[in-house]
Amino acid sequence: MIPVRHAVTASTEKIIQPIEPTIMSSSDMTIHLKIWRQKNAESKGRFETYTLDNVNEHMSFLEMLDVLNEELIENGDDPVEFDYDCREGICGSCNLVINGRAHGPKHMTAVCQLHMRNYSDGDTVVIEPARAAAFPVIKDLVVDRSAFDRIIEAGGYVSVKTGSAPEANLIPVPQKKANQAFDYATCIGCGACVAACPNSSASLFTGAKIGHLNKLPQGQPEKQQRVLSMVAQMEKEGFGDCSNYAECEAVCPVGISISAIAEMRREYLKALFDN
Amino acid sequence: MKLDSKVPSGPLEEKWDRHLKDIKLLSPNNKRKHTVIVVGTGLAGASAAASLAELGYNVKSFCIQDSERRAHSIAAQGGINAAKNYPNDGDSIWRLFYDTIKGGDYRSREANVYRLAQVSNEIIDQAVAQGVPFAREYSGLLDNRSFGGAQVSRTFYARGQTGQQLLLGAYQAMMKMVHAGKIENHTRKEMLDLVVIDGKARGIITRDLVSGEMEKWTGDAVVLCTGGYGNVFYLSTNAKNANVTAAWRCHKRGATFANPCYVQIHPTCIPVSGDYQSKLTLMSESLRNDGRVWVPREKGDKRKPGSIPEHERFYYLEEKYPSFGNLVPRDVASRNAKIVTDEGMGVGATGKAVYLDFRDAIKRDGRDAIEAKYGNLFDMYENITGENPYKEPMRIFPAVHYTMGGLWVDYNLMSNVPGLFVAGEANFSDHGANRLGASALMQGLADGYFVIPYTIGNYIADTDLAAVDSNHNAFAEAVSNSKSQIDKLLNINGDKSVIHYHRELGKIMWDKVGISRSREGMSRAIEDIRALRDEFWQNVRVPGEANYYNKYLEFACRVADYFELAELMALDALQREESCGCHLREEYQSEEGEALRNDEEFSYVAAWEFLGVNGKLETTMHKEELEFEFVELKQRSYK
Repeated sequence: MIPVRHAVTASTEKIIQPIEPTIMSSSDMTIHLKIWRQKNAESKGRFETYTLDNVNEHMSFLEMLDVLNEELIENGDDPVEFDYDCREGICGSCNLVINGRAHGPKHMTAVCQLHMRNYSDGDTVVIEPARAAAFPVIKDLVVDRSAFDRIIEAGGYVSVKTGSAPEANLIPVPQKKANQAFDYATCIGCGACVAACPNSSASLFTGAKIGHLNKLPQGQPEKQQRVLSMVAQMEKEGFGDCSNYAECEAVCPVGISISAIAEMRREYLKALFDN
Repeated sequence: MKLDSKVPSGPLEEKWDRHLKDIKLLSPNNKRKHTVIVVGTGLAGASAAASLAELGYNVKSFCIQDSERRAHSIAAQGGINAAKNYPNDGDSIWRLFYDTIKGGDYRSREANVYRLAQVSNEIIDQAVAQGVPFAREYSGLLDNRSFGGAQVSRTFYARGQTGQQLLLGAYQAMMKMVHAGKIENHTRKEMLDLVVIDGKARGIITRDLVSGEMEKWTGDAVVLCTGGYGNVFYLSTNAKNANVTAAWRCHKRGATFANPCYVQIHPTCIPVSGDYQSKLTLMSESLRNDGRVWVPREKGDKRKPGSIPEHERFYYLEEKYPSFGNLVPRDVASRNAKIVTDEGMGVGATGKAVYLDFRDAIKRDGRDAIEAKYGNLFDMYENITGENPYKEPMRIFPAVHYTMGGLWVDYNLMSNVPGLFVAGEANFSDHGANRLGASALMQGLADGYFVIPYTIGNYIADTDLAAVDSNHNAFAEAVSNSKSQIDKLLNINGDKSVIHYHRELGKIMWDKVGISRSREGMSRAIEDIRALRDEFWQNVRVPGEANYYNKYLEFACRVADYFELAELMALDALQREESCGCHLREEYQSEEGEALRNDEEFSYVAAWEFLGVNGKLETTMHKEELEFEFVELKQRSYK
């Protein structure tokens, strides 16, 4: 792709247009990678270094790893395993820790939505799995996050059976409440909050589900049991407690507010006293 | 083979109710004695698993992701249709039915589509009761917006994340039943075969994606909810792990595959930027409510969009289709994008893009209003392209998005293999030759919450299901089949990667079995597919081993199936000598380039029976004639 310049004459003034934004340069960058390799949960891991010299700025970060893997396979080496699926920032599969930061440098961006234009030629990039006692490594950068599912299983729902629902508009929800509920419900369950937390706490994840359902009239009947069960499960899974570092909020790719944790604590205390 | 649709008799409006009245019930005591295997945990799978478990069945659920919540339904953006008629704009069950059948270009089964429209309202009720945070008006009541192919506002939405919210609702319903001990859930397990005993589906084989172990599972019925096959094109809007393997293996065990050539190409995706591209990102078509699609009138015009004056902009959809304008159905929008770019009016570095411009909407409603509606989509666009769509128009281009074809099912959503039910995108049932926007979520949840739970009861009550155990020979044979395929793939040790072959296959499919198709192109595609498939089996390099987490081995098994499916798609597109919906045959179009259907000869479902692969795919086609008792077939017009 060759950058094109255009001169356009408007009235008598001659204006030189800037480079057309849709035509971008595609010079290749060299990127040095230090990647955590670990055969399985039992074995010890280590960092391996790789250098890629054909990284294009329009590539996504994961596409850069795809390119690395193609090279590794060609050389007869084992490719680097990492979780991904939608590559649109919504499924929550990807969860790399890049240069010490879950999901990498870009605010409110899942790593699959991170593009190499955020890096410069010659950069060294360290890639690690989302580490936590409750997230054991499966291989390389792939971890087991099933603890999150068990937290939801403990009470992250409204117990309504199929077919027993009333007419939808019989349950009005003030727009503001609906929006607040949505802000919590948007959690993608990626686990970045846990990886970023010095205590490996799952409070943001758990609080987000509690916050979502508690904001809504539908969530009221079960709210005390919900918070007690989910918090108990969170502890059982080996996640730490929250000490208000707020690292979770800083790395959350969808911007879940730490107020979720306050909601959870408030509900928890209320539930404790009421029971 | 006779394909019996088992559509109940009687007036259209009464068919489902009559059927419900007639079908057999199982008492709670008896439900407890039966096990249903549900494969896939998207909207169809999660809703079916939850609902079946609530009824008392023992459910075994499987998904390939690390959590049920990550199934690809999560990525659906725009919304879900229902015939609530809250806006009082004249909507009704009939109209939703009619729009869907017309949108599908009269290539779907009337009775199934009518039922879909009937249960649509219950889906909204169910989702709201679960706490799905749909958009609301200031009154606190539910808001609606309009979508392509409809002149009413019937789409319920949750910002641009409707699929996510509906899936989380279904997932949570499912986890509630896991907690209750009625669902045994298995993640990171991929179904590799269907086990058929005495002519009935009695189990599945899975591969544990972490340990590589092959496992056998028995059941009284299998519900396949494993989505579509758009990834046969390599580049599509589907998630990277979405695949046809489970459905294809059922096909190889006798389930007919219907209308494989019906592939929806979504008009509003972010264009390809380079060879490394791993997937395409959809921008919800809800954007077409406010965005205006245009290209410069002059070919090769490289000026910045903002410098192109109004009269030099070709708003081709608004000009050609004044009554639907930018909201024409997806197939029409995609085809027209191809036409203008083929004529050289495309924009961007590759010329393979058109503009979707919000300038006028921002002027009319203000930036805040547009941000409130589409904020996350605009952010996503900026993240990927590095451009700000509030200031510059988006560049968009069509991409493979959804597959209307799938395993053939009758009115009960059961395939021709007794006991194998198929729901959601994996079946062919409701969308004909083209799916309207916001109808996929509706169908997945209709099938899972409100159809399968009833029809499966009828099957189980009506069928002699002697106990089977996993020591049966059929299980051993299935395991050894799958194992030997894996061994074969690992031992080829050639010099090209799986991704290389997948990408090459995708190019053949996009060029010749994509937006427009010709007899000549497809005949060539078939030869190319066969040649590439042979090369794949001789020269692919699959790294690592079978007994640990090995993503490229998973891909290799899936690509092997795509190579067979691809040939079937081309064969199906070749035999359908008409244009309908998304299937545009260059030989069959009007002078204005509109699709020309041939109802006399092609008003049927093409259901293919697998016979074998021997250098070429051996297959035979069975027809289910489509009978239209209640709607009059018309040439679609959105002018």
